[in-house]
Amino acid sequence: MGEMDLAIQEFLIESRENLDQLDRDLIAIEKDPGSRETLDRMFRTFHTIKGTCGFFDFPRLETVTHAGEGLLCDLREGRLAWSLAITGILLELVDVVRRHLAGIERTGTELEEDDSFLVEALGRLRDRGHDTSGPPIVPGPGSIAAPARPVARAAAAATPFSGLAPASRGEPADGSPAASPSEGTIRVDVGLLDKLMNLVGELVLARNQIFRFTVDDHTSSIEGAVQRLSLITSELQEGVMRTRMQPIGNLWNRFPRLVRDLSLQCGKRAKIEMVGKATGLDKTVLEAIKDPLTHLIRNAIDHGIEFPEERLAVGKPAEGTIHLRAYHEGGLVNIEIHDDGAGVAPSRIKQKALERNLISPEQAARLDDRDLLRLIFQPGFSTAETVTSVSGRGVGLDVVKTNVERIGGTVDLQSEPGQGSTFKVKIPLTLAIIPAMIVTSGGDRYAIPQVSLLELVRLEGEDACRRIEWIQGVPLYRLRGELLPLVDLNRILGGAPPQPPAPGVDPVANIVVLQADNRRFGLIVTEVIDTEEIVVKPLAWQLKKIPIYSGATIMGDGRVALILDVLGIARTAGMNAQGGECACARSDVAADATRSFLLIGLGDGRRLALPLEVVSRLEEIDAGTVETTVNREVVQYRGGILPLVNLATRFGGATAPRDRLQVVVASDNGRDVGFVVESILDIVSATPEVRDLGNSPGILGTAVLQRQVIDLLDVPSLIHGPAATMKGA
Amino acid sequence: MGCIRQFCTFSLGELSFGVDVRSIQEVILHHEMTRVPTAAPVVRGLINLRGQIVMAIDPRRRLGLPPRRSEAESINVILRTEDQPVSLLVDAVGDILDLGEEQMEPPPETVRGEIRGLILGIYKLPDRLLLILDTERMADFDAATESAA
Repeated sequence: MGEMDLAIQEFLIESRENLDQLDRDLIAIEKDPGSRETLDRMFRTFHTIKGTCGFFDFPRLETVTHAGEGLLCDLREGRLAWSLAITGILLELVDVVRRHLAGIERTGTELEEDDSFLVEALGRLRDRGHDTSGPPIVPGPGSIAAPARPVARAAAAATPFSGLAPASRGEPADGSPAASPSEGTIRVDVGLLDKLMNLVGELVLARNQIFRFTVDDHTSSIEGAVQRLSLITSELQEGVMRTRMQPIGNLWNRFPRLVRDLSLQCGKRAKIEMVGKATGLDKTVLEAIKDPLTHLIRNAIDHGIEFPEERLAVGKPAEGTIHLRAYHEGGLVNIEIHDDGAGVAPSRIKQKALERNLISPEQAARLDDRDLLRLIFQPGFSTAETVTSVSGRGVGLDVVKTNVERIGGTVDLQSEPGQGSTFKVKIPLTLAIIPAMIVTSGGDRYAIPQVSLLELVRLEGEDACRRIEWIQGVPLYRLRGELLPLVDLNRILGGAPPQPPAPGVDPVANIVVLQADNRRFGLIVTEVIDTEEIVVKPLAWQLKKIPIYSGATIMGDGRVALILDVLGIARTAGMNAQGGECACARSDVAADATRSFLLIGLGDGRRLALPLEVVSRLEEIDAGTVETTVNREVVQYRGGILPLVNLATRFGGATAPRDRLQVVVASDNGRDVGFVVESILDIVSATPEVRDLGNSPGILGTAVLQRQVIDLLDVPSLIHGPAATMKGA
Repeated sequence: MGCIRQFCTFSLGELSFGVDVRSIQEVILHHEMTRVPTAAPVVRGLINLRGQIVMAIDPRRRLGLPPRRSEAESINVILRTEDQPVSLLVDAVGDILDLGEEQMEPPPETVRGEIRGLILGIYKLPDRLLLILDTERMADFDAATESAA
């Protein structure tokens, strides 16, 4: 009932406003009977109320408004001329509608009132208008023409039902409760709310400033006052935030209709069930998710729910169900869109992705089911067998993903073939005030939205030198065994490129581990200051195209700080935003084909490249620890046995014996191999065009990287045995 | 009788400029600024104008004039533009002048480069020339592209 209440509440507020306008229009039209605009507006009012009544099942109200709509339709089309009688009857109609609305507000149902006299009167007026358009309409028996009489009649009609409500409640004689819910709400200009929000933001800043003074000055009276100010400010901020919150039900209300229309269009049967309609969201967020959610519903009907006969054949009810669920969790809003349809088979996605050249066969072999499901969010991916007017044009879920990510959210798909699919959308509550981590670089402060923050790593002294590995100016860090690419914020901001720390200096490295899309990376900052709630302010349009900033904020001392765009930084740093450089969340299927490669030297000037995503660690091992089994060299490594492949000898070269071996540990499908190399040269990001030039086994193909022709290592084949069949790209 | 318009005048080195007073929101003294790394050099930084973040630009860069030599602090002339206020960092602010609209002359043919598209016209004052700036166009650039200097 609560969910319905919300919708009815809105209907009441809107209808009242429209009726007030109608009252004014009725007066105005007497002076200017020909005004088409006014007629149109009046027609629309009745039309809207009638339509909504059909939805809520208020047949009486529907009948009277339908009669009014008909009369106005005749007037609009010139079949009927305006007359005093019409004004009178319409005014009476407005009153009747008002009374019904008041009744709905009180009891949830319309009044048991007999309106047939009014409907008949309207009908007679229309009939007469059709016969003779010239002479003014004279009131017939039982009809209501003179303005004086309808008023009296309305008053009389009001009497019986005002008795429905106990007089002890102190309600006015007209029957509407003194403080009815819809009268307790007002419509406010969003601009005003934005301004209030801005001012509250300023107040928060001023409070922070004062707070800082009291840290130095421990006069207890001031401290108490500041504490109170602080409390009030927080509450005020929360209150103003709440004024911008709207229940997600406002958005969902359109979906039952959408589901009905779409399922008809597709020849399917579906219904929608919603849980958590009252979940509140900031207005801007609500608007931002409107399109993505609509798209997911379309998708569920078009691709998810099967045709009735198919459903019956597998023992499901003919009518499919789409469940919408919304709830708050950890400062985020979760929205789930579940359908009990056919689900998505990972194998079918794989096949489609291969057909559409979104992934190579090698990549396909490496992806697990979850990664495969994620492919559905790639641009150019559509599993619809045929193009329908509903969806299947290849513009689809990638747009949903982009739109959701734009507001700092995520979208994920879970699917059980035969049982249905669930899309999980997680979005922030509000975009206006966000928790952020304040860092410095190059003497300036920057804010990093906390949603992208995974952890902080601080390396001091020895660790800062040893645990950050430098490959030709490109730093890498081993985070619990995984290689984490590092990005120097100072360099992104146009500062000097980072240098390996000079000996003698006591080095400190602060790494902020961030998640952008499916990728992790470490951002090297000079200092990590604190976390703070910041008020997000937009940047001047001239600055919006700079990818590394998403906005600006005003700090406690009144100075401006820029908010970093984590995704933009990842892209600027040359990291492929879609691929998973971290081996743990490996979904290295690139939307754009930019990938990172590790360049290695084999001595005598020969080089090879291997995709960075397969590299898990770089090691230096003592040559003495290498043991030889029947057919290969191995080393005991992390409690296991790591087979070694000496790339120089593997590809027909010679190596000088060494004391320490450079080893690149690569993994594929849970199996590791250590490639013994002469040197590690560089990491490059490129969009290589891989050609098969009749390569030798173990070589995937040849590409141009950094203006040099370089062979790409086929890591899976080298891991899973040298005898494995080789494939070109 | 032509229209009399009021111009706020300011200087950049040797040159005098005028801006219609109606397009000026306010003039404030030096304000703490936050730089915007990687933005075009014309963007000098962001200032906090009573809770509103305003971009300060270097009119010298915008107009293609040589950089300022003096270390003296600049003055913010906050312009109202169609979108949001923009601050021009100028050397000094002068008087408000009442000038007849019809006395304004188009910039001479020989004035070329960036500056030409940004001035509406020139007044011949007794002691100097006053260049009237087109404020909308001054603020019309994309800071993400390097050429916008």
